[in-house]
Amino acid sequence: MDTIEVKDTMPKQGLMTGSQAVVQSIIAEGVNLMFGYPGGAIMPVYDALYDVEQELTHVLARHEQGAVHAAQGYARATGKVGVCIATSGPGATNLITGIADAQIDSTPLVCITGQVASHLLGTDAFQETDVVGISMPVTKWNFQVTRAEEIPMAIAKAFYIARSGKPGPVLVDITKDAQFEEVDFNYVPFTGMRSYRPKPKLDLDSVKAAANLINSAKRPFILFGQGIILSKAEKEFKSFIEKTGIPSAWTILGLSALESDHYLNVGMLGMHGNYAPNKLTNECDVLIAIGMRFDDRITGDLSRYAKQAKVVHIEIDPSEVSKNVHANIPVIADAKEALLELSKIVDEKTHPDWLQKFRDLEMEEYELVIGNELYPSTEKLTMGEVINEINIQSDHNNIIVTDVGQHQMMSCRYFKFQQTKSMITSGGLGTMGFCLPAAIGAKMGQPNKQVIAVIGDGGFQMTLQELGTMFQYGVDVKIVVLNNEFLGMVRQWQEMFFEKRYASTTMVNPDFQRIVSGYGIATKKVVKREELADAIKEMLNHKGAYFLEAIVGKENNVFPMVPTGASVSEIRLK
Amino acid sequence: MKKERYTISVFTEDIVGMLNRVTIIFTRRKINIDSIAASESEIANIHRYTLVISEAEDMVKKVVLQLEKQVEVVKAVYHKDSEVVYQEIALYKVPTEVLLSGGEAEKIVRAHHARVLSVEPAFTVIEKTGHKEETQALFNQLEPYGMLEFVRSGRVAITKPMKTLKSIVEELEKVQY
Ligand SMILES: Cc1ncc(C[n+]2csc(CCOP(=O)(O)OP(=O)(O)O)c2C)c(N)n1
Ligand SMILES: [Mg+2]
Repeated sequence: MDTIEVKDTMPKQGLMTGSQAVVQSIIAEGVNLMFGYPGGAIMPVYDALYDVEQELTHVLARHEQGAVHAAQGYARATGKVGVCIATSGPGATNLITGIADAQIDSTPLVCITGQVASHLLGTDAFQETDVVGISMPVTKWNFQVTRAEEIPMAIAKAFYIARSGKPGPVLVDITKDAQFEEVDFNYVPFTGMRSYRPKPKLDLDSVKAAANLINSAKRPFILFGQGIILSKAEKEFKSFIEKTGIPSAWTILGLSALESDHYLNVGMLGMHGNYAPNKLTNECDVLIAIGMRFDDRITGDLSRYAKQAKVVHIEIDPSEVSKNVHANIPVIADAKEALLELSKIVDEKTHPDWLQKFRDLEMEEYELVIGNELYPSTEKLTMGEVINEINIQSDHNNIIVTDVGQHQMMSCRYFKFQQTKSMITSGGLGTMGFCLPAAIGAKMGQPNKQVIAVIGDGGFQMTLQELGTMFQYGVDVKIVVLNNEFLGMVRQWQEMFFEKRYASTTMVNPDFQRIVSGYGIATKKVVKREELADAIKEMLNHKGAYFLEAIVGKENNVFPMVPTGASVSEIRLK
Repeated sequence: MKKERYTISVFTEDIVGMLNRVTIIFTRRKINIDSIAASESEIANIHRYTLVISEAEDMVKKVVLQLEKQVEVVKAVYHKDSEVVYQEIALYKVPTEVLLSGGEAEKIVRAHHARVLSVEPAFTVIEKTGHKEETQALFNQLEPYGMLEFVRSGRVAITKPMKTLKSIVEELEKVQY
């Protein structure tokens, strides 16, 4: 079980209001930073926050979506539970995108919403929304509190559920009368319930069966996902692959769970992943999936996906096993526990010829795609060369946060990672507007890391109001907007699959320099190749927030690509 | 895979909103729920939902795992018709006059072993318990005589092969984390 950090400031006890109990419960869970936006139905909680500013910092976002994405960024950068808070009605509905994002990407979040007074529930009162109903399909758990005495237990349960097992978002909706009511407060951390057993018991027989299969494999291949990061199994994973010598590919949520340049890291899976791991998925004899869920962006056409292989699936969530890809040997377990046991009984091996196949295909990809992207001969800058320049100049004590689109795929493909949790991106939901607020949360959670937010010109305009949050709190995020004056990813699809009919994907953009300067943030725009290195140097050395806009080729495409409906082995290099 | 009829039994903590949590799992996959019944179970505070759907087994399995993933679901299982003992109840409201004449309608009621629950001057309420096919057969035969109202309950089912709920709950309660 996850341990709860005990803080030096102990929560108060005794008689207090429900809203004070909310705040004290959050403090009792070891939280010292949360994000939110006030409004009528949550005002008593804000009033209680006013008294505890020393212990619990509340960061005022500029939109509730900003608050929830910031909480997500914080959670993903730190591995702790992200907390956000909003008022009823529109405040609550504005959280939904972030909650859905956290649900599909397994990010631990506790969201607290105010609600109209309990006697008004169901009457279409002012700013009443059935947020429990709305959020039910996209939360791991939610609960409505109507009496102050329920508060400590509800919040304790919320934190327990959010962080345990496969993490996820939870929502606690608290009526205004419950916030005002008095309660005799005594915080007891939640320790479990019969209907929810988050950690499956490791079945050693399944581990043995997996080991036998792995030991007998000629061309074994590992796919690893965020499960490695969530179960803090980076070390165990590395020893496992080093002992077995198995080539390993990451999903986009698995990025940074292993160093990019590890000799067994063969790159990224998926629609815009690398050539070798996609192609060779259909040539391996044993496929070992760890902490990943075979998203359709990974598998392409399921009926032609790894049909030749026997599949071992190590996964904490039983409902993910054999959901999309049949597992011959399911190991339903926490990744770390399973890898520890598995490592003991697998044979020490190398697979030089098989590994070489990956390297050979990588060369092909390099010649046709990577080389041109990183060292282009075009007049205009490419996204890849901007990213590559950051790679070259940064000391890798950084966290990359991306938005969604071409720049995201380029970031996933070309950034080099050396530390775990150094890549934060919206994978499952693909939420444009995620990046800027998530980067703010990441920086506030990891103030000693350089946080670099890579955003498209489209996505930047979805949540750029959060520049205000950066400004107010002096958050030192380096923003890199890769401006192609297009909703680039959609334009690429229009080019490839809709006969270049660019319906509503061109962007007439404002002067970003002037907008960002208005928030007191240093800015620069690069157009020419000669200016790039210096601009990036200036950005990385700048004390405080910085905005770098790079004007890149308008109609560049991300390759390779597995077109929708194609098999992974049909991955295209152009 | 072939679609078949399955009974899904979901045992949950007794809380507000649980029915919604259960049904959205089906809604998401656009699975029609043929019938649903909710009641207590033999264990205090554990409710059971009995749902009937027609789907391929592969799909049913996935849905059941997603049901069980819900934090407040204690256990979810599925069974084929042959693995459960099940029953439904149907009520039929017909004009009393068609029964009074001692004609066909009365014979039909007898032949189906249905019960008369209530007789009023204007209408009579008949009850039949049985499988859907049986209650439907009675419906079809009575309908020509004028059906004023008809209702059939969701299926309730007792599973043949399952471990007792008590032992499942005891096992879960023993697990320490
Ligand atoms: C909230 C939201 N709306 C729409 C989309 C669909 N979408 C995916 S990528 C993309 C284009 C993104 O454009 P931009 O931010 O400029 O990034 P680029 O692809 O040009 O790098 C769109 C519209 C989405 N992912 N999220
Ligand atoms: Mg763009």
